Amino acid sequence: MRMLQYIQAINEALHEEMARDASVFVIGEDVDQNGGVFKATQGLVERFGARRVRGTPIAESAFTGLAAGAAMAGLRPVVEFMYFDFVGVAMDPLVNQMAKIAGMSGGQLQVPVTVRAQTGARTREAAQHSQSLEAWFLHTPGFKVVMPATSYDAKGLLKSAIRDDCPVLYIENRQLYYETESVPDGEWTTPLGVAEVAREGRDITVVAIGYARKLALSAAQALEGTVSVEVIDPRSLAPLDLETILNSVSKTGHLVVVHDAPASCGFGAEIVRRVVAQGFDLLDAEPLVVGSAHVPMPFSPPLEDACLPSAASLTAVIRKIINR
Amino acid sequence: MEPDLVIQMYRSMLTIRLFEEKVKQLYQAGEIAGAIHLSIGQEAVAVGVCSALRLDDAVFSTHRGHGHLIAKGGHLPEMVAELMGRQTGCSRGCGGSMHMFESRVGFMGGNGIVGGGLTLALGAAFAAQYRGRDGIAVAFFGDGAAQQGTFHEALNLAALWKLPYLAVCENNQYAATTPFVAAVPTADIAPRAAGYGIPGIVVDGNDCLAVYRAATAAVERARAGDGPTLLECKTYRVEPHCGIIADKRPKEELERWGRPDRDPLEHLRRGGGLSDAVISAAWHDVEAQLETAVTFARGSPYPDPAAFLREHANI
Ligand SMILES: Cc1ncc(C[n+]2csc(CCOP(=O)(O)OP(=O)(O)O)c2C)c(N)n1
Ligand SMILES: [Mg+2]
Repeated sequence: MRMLQYIQAINEALHEEMARDASVFVIGEDVDQNGGVFKATQGLVERFGARRVRGTPIAESAFTGLAAGAAMAGLRPVVEFMYFDFVGVAMDPLVNQMAKIAGMSGGQLQVPVTVRAQTGARTREAAQHSQSLEAWFLHTPGFKVVMPATSYDAKGLLKSAIRDDCPVLYIENRQLYYETESVPDGEWTTPLGVAEVAREGRDITVVAIGYARKLALSAAQALEGTVSVEVIDPRSLAPLDLETILNSVSKTGHLVVVHDAPASCGFGAEIVRRVVAQGFDLLDAEPLVVGSAHVPMPFSPPLEDACLPSAASLTAVIRKIINR
Repeated sequence: MEPDLVIQMYRSMLTIRLFEEKVKQLYQAGEIAGAIHLSIGQEAVAVGVCSALRLDDAVFSTHRGHGHLIAKGGHLPEMVAELMGRQTGCSRGCGGSMHMFESRVGFMGGNGIVGGGLTLALGAAFAAQYRGRDGIAVAFFGDGAAQQGTFHEALNLAALWKLPYLAVCENNQYAATTPFVAAVPTADIAPRAAGYGIPGIVVDGNDCLAVYRAATAAVERARAGDGPTLLECKTYRVEPHCGIIADKRPKEELERWGRPDRDPLEHLRRGGGLSDAVISAAWHDVEAQLETAVTFARGSPYPDPAAFLREHANI
């Protein structure tokens, strides 16, 4: 075992996959300059050269479209979005091109692109640098979407994403970048579509993604002795391991989903839809979603904090559902 | 110019012309559904450019792409079958007119998004350069698409990285019903190339040999590693924009562009000195090929919805 930072896990996965497969290349803004703004690509240009580590002009549409075209031609691009929010200027290559090509071509072409998008909130960066936009892509057939919350999965899911033949949106969280965790020696991958039971419990199932996994574990800790909380981290949002969630709900009878994105029309709403459709009888109470307020995220720290889920707000919701 | 090549170009243009006329008939008869954009009058652009390419060069097309695919070596039976939504279509009935794909001949797809292909083509050019091969990528796009942001982003990046990239603007003087002058403040698109430090060339897009010569120079430049070229081909869309849109273009203008000396096929027949025997043999062959293609498509089954959903709908 050894200790590994989340951001280092991303960096190791890139190093290992680039060493393993010569068709893997990295592209995005500043990725070749001292390892990029967040150092995810540290050491890559020195090791693999400027041919495979392509710093670009500020032209998300161009380099995302380029990645899709290069994947159609058989390469495996890893695209970096410095902030998830910036997909706004590349939605056409992402949604109308990358996600559609395999389907529109009748399966003739594959588009094995990994899109790394850095998200996060609580860092006082306000409305255009704080969004968790996974729902846009979950709503788009043709994408797989993963959201690692641990160093283990940051590495394991990135390796799986790069090896997958579909476009995979890999959403990484800057609030977790410097978290450290003990990981095994040797190589591992985290398969797409397999959830993890992050903590076992009997009374309520909390499905938590990304940073919210931490919130859920804190809430579970705070409620110890009062409510026994089971925390499930789907890790992969599409494909989704619904079975693990249903199994848990069949045990607890209660469900709450928590994430940083707004609750409206989000991943949580989708989990509730699917649990209600396939496991209505398992539920002893109304399932709930805890997300951010439906506002452009404000800057002022007390305002931002009030708009986002916290361990305390989640704890209160759990107490209300369980009535303890 | 090689006489065989001129004959080949003529046949290719004729195939596009007769294919489009057949498609129009089938569309009007209700045998083809959806939206179709015909390229009658613009055949010399597709054929002039694609004749300068190899099979392994990649072409990224537009919503008006039947001609590009034919010029790149596309198979007519699979094309007609695709338009008719059949299982045997080149995109297995999943694409239709705007999304035909035939990657085995280097045709990397039409595109329903105006300006969408400009950045995708960067990727194929990048892949060739990355692998140290001398393949190139072509992005066809309209005069309307030149107003999209992707035009600027793609040309800037292609020039910056000296990608083996050829941007072919088919200036047919209209974007849907909006005339060129209502969308563009200058007479030409090509001079914009100077802003990226690459050649920008205007060519008569109804003169197949002129297009071929300009494309050949651009292709050689790209293969040699000297980077992209912007080639603007001045042409005219003879048919309405799309099957469903009324055409209000001036009658005088339509007549002027309809004259034989402006017709790309007639232009090549005269300029290439093609004999009557060659021409009539070409007509005979192409008509027969089209009949075969239509028969093939009509006899092909529709895709099975249940099988499709089982395979593709995973939620
Ligand atoms: C992004 C986008 N905007 C608008 C349209 C609708 N549209 C389809 S074709 C077309 C005109 C395109 O003009 P041009 O690029 O000159 O190509 P042409 O049709 O003349 O071949 C328009 C506006 C579209 N398909 N995509
Ligand atoms: Mg036009």
